[in-house]
Amino acid sequence: MIDLIGLAIAIPLLAAAVNMLFGARLGRWAGWFATAAMAASFAIALGALLDLLALPAEERTQVVDVAHWIGAGAVNVALDLRVDPLSITMAMVVTGVGSLIHLYAIGYMEHDPRPGRFFGYMNLFCAFMLVLVLANDFLLLYLGWEGVGLCSYLLIGFWSDRPEAARAAKKAFITTRVGDVLLMLGLFVMWVHFGSFDFDVVLGHDGSLPEIAAGTATAISLLLLGGAVGKSAQLPLHVWLPDAMAGPTPVSALIHAATMVTAGVYLVVRSHTLFEISEVALTVVAVVGLAGALYAGFSSLGQYDMKRALAYSTMSQLGFMFLAAGLGFYAVAMSLLVAHAFYKALLFLTSGNVMHGLHDEIDVRRLGGLRRDMPWTAALFAAGALALSGLPPFSGFFTKDAILELASHDGEVWAYVLGSLGALVSAWYIARLYFTAFMGDRRYEGHAHEASPLMRAPLVVLAIGALFAGAWLAFTPEGRLATFLEPVVGHVVEGDAGPSTQVLIAISVVLTLAGIAIAWRLYRPRNAERWISFPEREPGMAGALGHAFYIDDLYAWAVGSAGLRGAEGVAWFDRTVIDGAVNGVGRAAVWASGLAPVWQSGKVRRYALTFLAGGAALLLYAAVRV
Amino acid sequence: MRTPIAYFLLLSAILFALGSASVLLRRNALRIFMGVELQLNAVNLTLVAFSRMHLELDGQILAFFSMVVAAAEVVVGLAIIVAVFRRTSTTDVDRASVLHG
Amino acid sequence: MDSMPWLTLVIVAPLVGLPVLLLWRSITDEAARWVGLAAALIAFAVSIGMLADFETGEAGFQMVSKHPWVESVGLSWFVGVDGFSIWLVMVTTFMFPIAIAASWKVDYQVRRYMTMALFLETVIIGAFLSLDLLLFFLFFEALLFPMYYIIGVWGSKRRIYAATKFLLYTMFGSAFLLVGILWLYVESGKQLGSATFDLTALEQLDLSTGVGRWLFLAFFIGFAVKVPVWPLHTWLPDAHTEAPTKGSVVLAAILLKTGPYGMLRFNLDLFPEASRYFATAIMVLAVIGIIYGAIVAMMQTDIKRLIAYSSVSHMGLIVLGIFAFSAESMDGAVLQMVNHGLSTGMLFLVFGMLYERTHTREIADLGGIVQITPWLAGAYVIAMLSSIGLPGLNNFVGEFLVLLGTFSVDRVLASIAIMGVILSAVYMLWSYQRTFQGSLKERWGTLPDLSWREGAIVAPIVVAMLWIGLHPAPVLERLRPTSERVSEQVRTVQVGEPVEPLVEASATTGEEAP
Repeated sequence: MIDLIGLAIAIPLLAAAVNMLFGARLGRWAGWFATAAMAASFAIALGALLDLLALPAEERTQVVDVAHWIGAGAVNVALDLRVDPLSITMAMVVTGVGSLIHLYAIGYMEHDPRPGRFFGYMNLFCAFMLVLVLANDFLLLYLGWEGVGLCSYLLIGFWSDRPEAARAAKKAFITTRVGDVLLMLGLFVMWVHFGSFDFDVVLGHDGSLPEIAAGTATAISLLLLGGAVGKSAQLPLHVWLPDAMAGPTPVSALIHAATMVTAGVYLVVRSHTLFEISEVALTVVAVVGLAGALYAGFSSLGQYDMKRALAYSTMSQLGFMFLAAGLGFYAVAMSLLVAHAFYKALLFLTSGNVMHGLHDEIDVRRLGGLRRDMPWTAALFAAGALALSGLPPFSGFFTKDAILELASHDGEVWAYVLGSLGALVSAWYIARLYFTAFMGDRRYEGHAHEASPLMRAPLVVLAIGALFAGAWLAFTPEGRLATFLEPVVGHVVEGDAGPSTQVLIAISVVLTLAGIAIAWRLYRPRNAERWISFPEREPGMAGALGHAFYIDDLYAWAVGSAGLRGAEGVAWFDRTVIDGAVNGVGRAAVWASGLAPVWQSGKVRRYALTFLAGGAALLLYAAVRV
Repeated sequence: MRTPIAYFLLLSAILFALGSASVLLRRNALRIFMGVELQLNAVNLTLVAFSRMHLELDGQILAFFSMVVAAAEVVVGLAIIVAVFRRTSTTDVDRASVLHG
Repeated sequence: MDSMPWLTLVIVAPLVGLPVLLLWRSITDEAARWVGLAAALIAFAVSIGMLADFETGEAGFQMVSKHPWVESVGLSWFVGVDGFSIWLVMVTTFMFPIAIAASWKVDYQVRRYMTMALFLETVIIGAFLSLDLLLFFLFFEALLFPMYYIIGVWGSKRRIYAATKFLLYTMFGSAFLLVGILWLYVESGKQLGSATFDLTALEQLDLSTGVGRWLFLAFFIGFAVKVPVWPLHTWLPDAHTEAPTKGSVVLAAILLKTGPYGMLRFNLDLFPEASRYFATAIMVLAVIGIIYGAIVAMMQTDIKRLIAYSSVSHMGLIVLGIFAFSAESMDGAVLQMVNHGLSTGMLFLVFGMLYERTHTREIADLGGIVQITPWLAGAYVIAMLSSIGLPGLNNFVGEFLVLLGTFSVDRVLASIAIMGVILSAVYMLWSYQRTFQGSLKERWGTLPDLSWREGAIVAPIVVAMLWIGLHPAPVLERLRPTSERVSEQVRTVQVGEPVEPLVEASATTGEEAP
């Protein structure tokens, strides 16, 4: 099955083409068709995984040759796919969670007039994402990278008649493009140094390291990180993610929670050898991740739009993944990635249920008491929340808190302290969402109808994964997933600095409970009035949190006003100075030729004078010269 | 010859100058014509004077040519002036500047 | 088959339509359109034959054909094709039928319109294939006339201004080019014994450094106006905007390419030392063009003007690739010439279709169009994505190669140039958002979506874009030998050294006699 891995990409690609071209004729069946394609993809990926597991650990890197792509000068790029533990893990997440989300979307998008286009884009996205994770060289990865950016653009702006959706799509594309440019520069440096984009050459293989100086490695790593920051919405290129929530909720779940935004983490983990050779790069990764985790966690507290709150939560969780990678705990980062895919998708889709049942209402100030009308949704949301919060024995505990434990044992005090703060805030913000939306008195009009079984079934599967995947994969930092990934990411030796594991677990549980308790105190049903009126009472703090500390507004000003005014200046320069010069030449030519007619006055006497003068001059000349 | 040639040439020059002045400074077409005649006759005088000086007939013959041309030119010119006058009721040459650049 | 004068055939192929169009005075409009289309398709078919006969591994000129024409001035019919020109000819013969098909709705003096188009095609192909400098100049100048006519007669409101500006501006540049050519002619008379305009002979001339540099500049100015290189670009927005759809397509897709082609073929070949001397300055101008063009494009309110400025930006990238002198960047530059022709051609085509429906070019008048014409919007999206360099479509390959090649030569310039990638996304997506997305204005109640004819026009371009984007190997492998040769030559030849002739001896012998 490993050899057929190309089909896992080809099938969704073809399905996408069919859906986009003939969507009108397929009608309701478009969604089923797309889901079937995803399921087939999942089956192939699963087959490849099983085949891989059957091989001994040392041989678990298979390269599948597909075709030849670019051959120009010395640039010789082949279309090869790589099946190894890291890529297959990602592929499983993409196809598995992706299939479930597709299934859900059939119900969610049932009233949409153009399901063919929607599901076409969704399949296309999955195809590109698979290209990204299965690529055997950086250039092909870049193809997938931009491809998913394109699909993100198309899907965020799917309801293009909504101006905020169109704006958000454009913002997402352009912001990630800034990151992509950095990534491309990284590819250039890579090529100048190595002459190749192949993973085996650039990253070393079979245990040997690539030959590269620390300085160059730093350059490449930081540039790759730049790309990762853009795609994974970390500081400072994060501003597109909250706005991207304007797209349909399945899109938010698939792209902006489970898959595309994790591409950055994948890139860093994949390129870890380069990051390790550079002494600085990993530290930068960790700092960026930690800063983002805290920033986003607090910003989430200020959001009343549930999807925006979840978007900031995603940014925060990704920050934790980057922190883990930056500290060298790649396997744990991947465990968190997998667990996060499950519970974040679940959380988004349950909020999708809320929107579906309440005509697109998602502001928690106008929700409340939903668990009475939507018991299933409430329970599913709770499952996701429990998983995220880090309460044992659910996924968040084994993944997120494992990072903190490893950090502490490694002696990284600051990472531990700040990370724990971040964990507390995570518990706080997710409990906040549950308490405000699902408990207490009803603040909405009418009745909210629960989601259909079709929409609930995939969520149940996700819930099971969300709750228990962590335990299954990463019961200890050297759990199943870590062992599986070892050939690619190496082995982590747990240190023994700081408090013992038991103490750390205890602290972690206490912090999580504290976070939930704070949320209860602030947002319990009794205090509904208080927290709803918070913006009036404390406009400054509410503003800062709500606007995520005004970073987005700063960018908007810089690009919007300053940038546009600069561009206008350049355009004026072009019109007035350059083109003015050209037209000026023309005017000068006309003016110059206007001088001549002075002599052609039509007046006989003038002509006579001219004759006379000319004749006299000739005579004079003859007299003098001869 | 008893009178020095210079006198004839001087007279001729003066006549030519007067004629040119008339051509350049007058607006009436007929007066301009008179000036042109003066110029032509001045030139005739010069030609005859030189012919007398060199004791050759060439100058005098050329003077005859000149007189014929002058006569023809007067005929044509006056015809044009009359035609223009019929059209525009003026003999002012400055008014006839339609062919300007 | 190997003595078939492919090149001459390709050049005159479009002219087969002319006797019909010119002599049959009472031809109906409909028939005239078909004659024009047929002639262009015949030219395309002939060019495919030429492509099939092209030998991939050769770096020098192939299918060379040389016949004396006007002996007293030294003009000879000397044509040859190599890796660079083969694809430029192909894109010309490919785009012309499409452009003609797109003008089906024009109903004013159709006969003359088609005549101009066919004549233009002939002349452009001739320019790409000429190896005799005077012959090249003839073709180079001759293409101004039909273009001027097309813009001036069938264009929009400010067409006379735009056409005149285009004509005078380009002629101004060409004047310098002519001076350079004549100087070389005279010089060849002194050094080689007999004066000639032959490119291969002129390459052998021994020019002093100073003379070489002045001549380089003379040639360069002539081509720079055509490209256009900043700051000689201001004729382009007006010409593109006011031209009719077919005119814009041909202008953008093909005519602009004569400029950089001239630089590649003549400037680099004849004056390698001067090329090296001026390279950095020219690259700086190119990068300025990239960024400047993109910034000004952002501020345009007229869609065609926006696309025109994007052309300025893209051509800057091509010039950058040429003067970086690496084989990869030259490959990329020539590939970009083809790519830009396809993607910008398609942008103008699709926009032309939109214009036929809405009769406005102003962004402010449009909005929400995707809701009523989704397929048309889809076509625009594909063209737009190609233009901004999305991997998988054609422009990415060329842009990537140019930037990669430039990066290995000058990191700073490449890093600045790459910002163009971001800017192009900005102005394209922003314009798309304001015109196609958002709320639908009432006056656009119902507009017909893409018709079968229009789809048939656009589909071949999309296929070509995908093909080049995903499988550029066939194109690149024919380019590579020539670009490696030229780049090697420019970087190493010193003043006074003889240049290796690019005409293979075997190729000439078979083609001497008619």
